Amino acid sequence: MPKRTTPAAPPGILAREPRATPLGPHARALGDAQRLELYYWMRLTRTLEERLVALYKQTKVVGGLFRSLGQEADAVGSAFALERRDILSPLIRNMGSMLVKGATPLEVIRQYMAKGDSPTRGRELNIHFGDLDRGFVGQISHLGDMVPVMAGVALSFKMRREPRVVLVYVGDGATSTGAFHEGLNFAAVQKVPLVCIVENNGYAYSTPNPRQFAGEWFKDKAAAYGIPGVQADGNDVLAVYDVTRAAVERARAGEGVTLVELVTYRRKGHAEHDNQSYVPPGELEWWAAHNDPLDRYVARLTSEFRVPAARLAEVDARVQREVDAATDEAERSPMPEGTDALVGVYADPPVVPAEWYREGVTKAVERHERPASWGTSGGE
Amino acid sequence: MANEITFLEAIREGIDEEMARSPEVFCMGEDIGAYGGAFKVTEGLLAKYGDARVLDTPISEAGFVGAAAGAAHMGMRPVVELQFIDFISCAYDMLTNYVATARYRAFLPCPMVVRGPSGGYVRGGPFHSQNPEAAFLHTPGLKIVYPSTAEDAKGLIKSAIRDDDCVLFFEHKYLYRRVKGVMPAGDHVVPIGKARVAREGTDASIITYAATVHKALEAAEQLAAEGISVEVLDLRSLLPLDDEAIQATVRKTHRVLLLHEDTRTGGIAGELCARINETSFAWLDAPVLRVAAADVPLPYSPPLEDYVLPQVADVVRAVRHLLAW
Repeated sequence: MPKRTTPAAPPGILAREPRATPLGPHARALGDAQRLELYYWMRLTRTLEERLVALYKQTKVVGGLFRSLGQEADAVGSAFALERRDILSPLIRNMGSMLVKGATPLEVIRQYMAKGDSPTRGRELNIHFGDLDRGFVGQISHLGDMVPVMAGVALSFKMRREPRVVLVYVGDGATSTGAFHEGLNFAAVQKVPLVCIVENNGYAYSTPNPRQFAGEWFKDKAAAYGIPGVQADGNDVLAVYDVTRAAVERARAGEGVTLVELVTYRRKGHAEHDNQSYVPPGELEWWAAHNDPLDRYVARLTSEFRVPAARLAEVDARVQREVDAATDEAERSPMPEGTDALVGVYADPPVVPAEWYREGVTKAVERHERPASWGTSGGE
Repeated sequence: MANEITFLEAIREGIDEEMARSPEVFCMGEDIGAYGGAFKVTEGLLAKYGDARVLDTPISEAGFVGAAAGAAHMGMRPVVELQFIDFISCAYDMLTNYVATARYRAFLPCPMVVRGPSGGYVRGGPFHSQNPEAAFLHTPGLKIVYPSTAEDAKGLIKSAIRDDDCVLFFEHKYLYRRVKGVMPAGDHVVPIGKARVAREGTDASIITYAATVHKALEAAEQLAAEGISVEVLDLRSLLPLDDEAIQATVRKTHRVLLLHEDTRTGGIAGELCARINETSFAWLDAPVLRVAAADVPLPYSPPLEDYVLPQVADVVRAVRHLLAW
């Protein structure tokens, strides 16, 4: 790919020129269909999030809305490096990773709208959901916690000698937590098949990296755990795929944990309510104009890989149709019944004493419903 | 007796039997392998099952409790040892936020046991004597077991390992080598959520668990000499509580003393008192009273620890007071 000529960034802003990364061995092995598939997932991520913004503005999204604008390549490219049998745990900006792993736009919209037939039956927010069959485990809000948990998933693969790999995402902020350290250290000592991706997007809520971390790069932390630390331009989907694929193959070969830093940029606030007043003027505009992962990939597909623009337009149209259909269906979904809140805390639930002051509360209790009959592993 | 084993050995026997019974069961914790654990609960298991099933971990409670959850999601049944239960606070976030909510929010099973030596009366000081059970009573999604006899220790650890949810298994270290029992033959399993009448009585009930069951039994023996008949209910499981057994004893004796080694304020006695009030107020002939530890961190020096923790004499005085009402 020819080096892009990027005008000098305004002083005082965080700007990173697109790196001209030569195609690595794994990216080179991708065929036309797979390269187009990467484009589909990235476009689907962006279009679906844009639809969610529209629903948010119509107050149809019940809670906050979290965007991954500008990070679509890192989410999609990394998850694409996994096989069907592998398992990942996303972060809040990895909707793209979940889509690659089989989550559907319908599930995502229902989830944001707190519908009764959403993947968590209205119990959890946004993209906090999972499905072991499809290979993604829902995150919790406590940053870093998924690193020990996914180290344990990887431990079970090691114990059973299953050739499966686990991928866990953290952000720059989560690397400051004790859970990140404890989980990565445990995984490294046990040499489990884990890939830990640090998405370095410049900000944790309003806190810029220099207030999070006194080092230069997050990949440098790897040395302290005795594992390799590698880095890629997170806005170059092929570079992301390549570096992740190498780490995944290393894990599958029994060589242990790799820390992968993907350098990207968070173009929207922590959530939709965040006005980003803390971002230096010109920074957001610079990234939108000069280092957008979709623009970069479109340019590369059409020039380097000679994909006709009409092919990409077909993908765009397909994505639009899918998101439209998912929106219509999600809007028709019912809200949950209040009494659904009472069931499913335990596998074998104790009889919950009915709160005598709450009319109608006994219904769900009397049904004594077991969680095995619903949710992702049941017969929806 | 020839077949008598200690409380500690009973736990080991229970874990051993479950490991033999199911290849999904494995142990994880600090110094549990070659060293056999700080109290030797896991002694011999490494030699028998190998280091793939008896894992020594780094000092990282959040790390290995979280890893246990991940392995449990995938069908394993981890049994995690905390070297002292006091360190469970290091995994508090993982247990309350991740593990306890997993089934409810994500339909992820977490069949795992978190076990460790708890409790005082052993001059362990503020960080090797704690009874942190009440902190978890307030967490839907967890189960809490706290046995007082060797037979129950074995039967309940086996139930805990077979349970499909996360069970916190408290092992009172005062009982480890002081309490002994003869194990029932065969597959001895004690159900979680069922209390046990440790002594029958008619004049008053002491509802308690763990080491203070033995304080209550001693007090009951002394009071019997005075012609007072005391019933002792050993809760065994704290979450879920056996409401049926609690109501039965309250309605039988009409006078209730709640006894625990944990500190008074916010202790489990408060919850028991509320339940008795809600369900059995009309059966009470006296207010429900509490004997518990003073609201201080547990001190080291014997006169200090003895003053803070409930003693037999406290229980005797409290029961007399209850009967004089």
